[in-house]
Amino acid sequence: MEKLMADLKRQIIEQLNLKDLKPEDIGDDQPLFVEGLGLDSIDALELIVLLQQEYKIKLASAEEGQSVFRSVRTMAQYITEHQPKTV
Amino acid sequence: MYIKAAAAISPQVSFEQILQSPASYNSNRLNCAEPDYTKLFDARIIRRMSRIIKMGVATAKDCLHQADVQSPGAIITGTAYGCLADTELFLSKMVENKEELLTPTAFIQSTHNTVGAQIALMLKCHNYNNTFVHRGFSFESAMLDAITLLHENAVEDVLVGGVDEITDTSHTLLSRFGLYKQHAFSNLDLYNNHSKGTIAGEGAGFFLLSKKTTGNSYAKLDDMATLYKPSSPGEVAGFVNDFLHRNNIRAGDIGLLVSGENGDAANDKWYADMKKTLFNDTATQAFKHFCGEYPTAPAFALWLAANIMKTGKIPAHKKIKAPGKILIYNHYLTIHHSLYLLSAC
Amino acid sequence: MTKPVFITGAGVISAIGNNVQENLAALENGKAGMAKMEYLSSAHKEKLPVAEVKMNNEALAALAGMPAHISRTALLSAIAAKAAIQNAGLESLKGLRSGFISANTVGGMDKTEDFFTDFLSDPQKGRLRNLVHHECGAATELVADVLGIKNYVSTISTACSSSANAVFYAARLIKQNILDIAIAGGTDSLTKFTLNGFNTLMILDQQYCQPFDENRRGLNLGEGAGYVVLVSEKVVQTLKQNPVCTLSGYCNANDAYHQTASSPDGTGSYLAMKGALEQSGLNPADIDYINLHGTGTQNNDIAEGTAIKLLFEGKYPKMSSTKSFTGHTLGASGGIEAVFSVLALQYGLIYPNLRFETQMAALPFAPETIFRKGEKVNHVLSNSFGFGGNCSSLIFSKLQA
Repeated sequence: MEKLMADLKRQIIEQLNLKDLKPEDIGDDQPLFVEGLGLDSIDALELIVLLQQEYKIKLASAEEGQSVFRSVRTMAQYITEHQPKTV
Repeated sequence: MYIKAAAAISPQVSFEQILQSPASYNSNRLNCAEPDYTKLFDARIIRRMSRIIKMGVATAKDCLHQADVQSPGAIITGTAYGCLADTELFLSKMVENKEELLTPTAFIQSTHNTVGAQIALMLKCHNYNNTFVHRGFSFESAMLDAITLLHENAVEDVLVGGVDEITDTSHTLLSRFGLYKQHAFSNLDLYNNHSKGTIAGEGAGFFLLSKKTTGNSYAKLDDMATLYKPSSPGEVAGFVNDFLHRNNIRAGDIGLLVSGENGDAANDKWYADMKKTLFNDTATQAFKHFCGEYPTAPAFALWLAANIMKTGKIPAHKKIKAPGKILIYNHYLTIHHSLYLLSAC
Repeated sequence: MTKPVFITGAGVISAIGNNVQENLAALENGKAGMAKMEYLSSAHKEKLPVAEVKMNNEALAALAGMPAHISRTALLSAIAAKAAIQNAGLESLKGLRSGFISANTVGGMDKTEDFFTDFLSDPQKGRLRNLVHHECGAATELVADVLGIKNYVSTISTACSSSANAVFYAARLIKQNILDIAIAGGTDSLTKFTLNGFNTLMILDQQYCQPFDENRRGLNLGEGAGYVVLVSEKVVQTLKQNPVCTLSGYCNANDAYHQTASSPDGTGSYLAMKGALEQSGLNPADIDYINLHGTGTQNNDIAEGTAIKLLFEGKYPKMSSTKSFTGHTLGASGGIEAVFSVLALQYGLIYPNLRFETQMAALPFAPETIFRKGEKVNHVLSNSFGFGGNCSSLIFSKLQA
């Protein structure tokens, strides 16, 4: 879980081009959107592709992302629960 | 109406640099001398912006800062190619990934009105916002819209600009069309090189146009006109004559002709013919050896002319005193011809 | 009071018909244009319905009188623009300062896609013929040359509000005595680029769209072109027929909220509608019908609806989204919907909002669901909102007898 969260932080910074941040600047439970990291709806769509590309997980809709992308920890939990077993 | 402020990002660092020692490039591609954007903007704001968007937004910001205007009455942009880098990125990924696993950012940013929209977003400006994308008339259309808005008394001032970028792909492709010279030489020797082809350019130019002047304007913008697909240089001479006539002036009243020769022999014949007919004795200032050829290059020409008016200094004629009137004549690939008339304030 | 600008003709091609008559018939019969993808080739063929013009490029080219290898965007444009001029009752364009102001968002992207597939394998590959008309402005010039219009040619691209902006820019040039007549509107063809782009935004409906419905799921993309002919008062006197209406109000405002999303209260939409009303000198109660932007996305419909709720307070005009017929034609939508607005005034029509089932919980009104003829329709408001917060509203008004 710790490793997954560290990977995610790195991937989020890379995918969303958050050059002002280092992985350690993102808290495990810090909200990613609005008042937290300040991400927006376009970022949510980028994260959906990130899940698909890196973890082979496909979200059904942008709305589903709202709960999944609450924080790095919720993302990691979702990935752990939904990752295809073959990996 | 008045040009209250003029800002540009171009292959030249500044007007002062052009006066003293213009930047020289030994290539058929002149890229902009760009500022350090991280010093101008919060990293978060520009993280999605491609180069053209940063160039456009930074130039607009500089222009508004000069004019001390927080929120202009309208924001109007002209761009022939739009956001090429984002378009290419999305298109390439789409082809390579066979329409799967695509991300939205490049697509969103590839929309032609992104520069104008980002300026509005940065300023929280709810006013009129338009973007013209008509090849060599992109900037001219934006200017006509701006001038018309001011004539309508709809607004006090308008932020208007032109912006286009070169990308590696666009340069490769336009080279395949045979647009550029293939041998090595300096841009500053462009006019000693009467061979086929020109040099590629890019840039952003933004202006704050206002009905009133507060005394520190660059110049008065008297008029502007366009001519689409003339059949011969003779038609151009007639067009210029009509333009002078409608402004109640004669060719001899023009103190400086800012003219768009690009070093391509066939292309430059149109300029030579027009000058021979009307401006044999007029001092001229070329500009494409500074900025290269691109569809919105007239925005650079207007910026150059505005600076000549403001400083009274002409790069090509160190001994001539400040001109009272400047005429800009440009054409893009012989299809899109435009004129701008400026007077000293 | 500024000088009026008259509308004397209209031309349209869309998924529901190749000309005005066919479009009217489909609107009356409730026949939607969406279907399984037939002409566009895409990996999403089985999943995403689209509203295509039901002709291949060869057939369109024959109708347009242009070569078949040019962009579909230009072919659609030529067909609708020619029809608009024929419909305008003009003797000829001779002696008139005429303009062609056309909007689009894709330009020659349909051909560029073909080019790029070869080009990516080798930078020296790909037929340049497929690239030469890539720019948005190229489509406009191809058509202007066919129409014989030289005085003023321009192209606007502000995403989904593009052609509404073209229509009112044309009107302003006529008012300022720069032009006597203008053909204005827009065109867009379906491309893989736009289809995949909207797909990444996850706002495409895999079923047929349900604009302004509580359970709406997104939009269907469409294609087509729509143009109106605008003339000055002076030109009206020389016409063989009476003009249909005036363009009495228009406004563009910016939401300045987000690059793609509308603000929750629809600030930009509200300002655009309010500005158009002010310019026309009309009150909200004077509007008889609103042709909604109504894309069918969660975000647009609630923002637009909230703005209407605020502006029309209690007395809501009849309204509908004809995108439930044509799909969202992007750069063409403002032009196509301008044509539908003009026809609504001409024949007293109210169009239905197809597939509407459940009223949106947040709104105190619902769109029309049946086609009505012979209605009192004196003033129509047409909304077009796009990316970059670009919001435009047009008001068309019947001539007072």
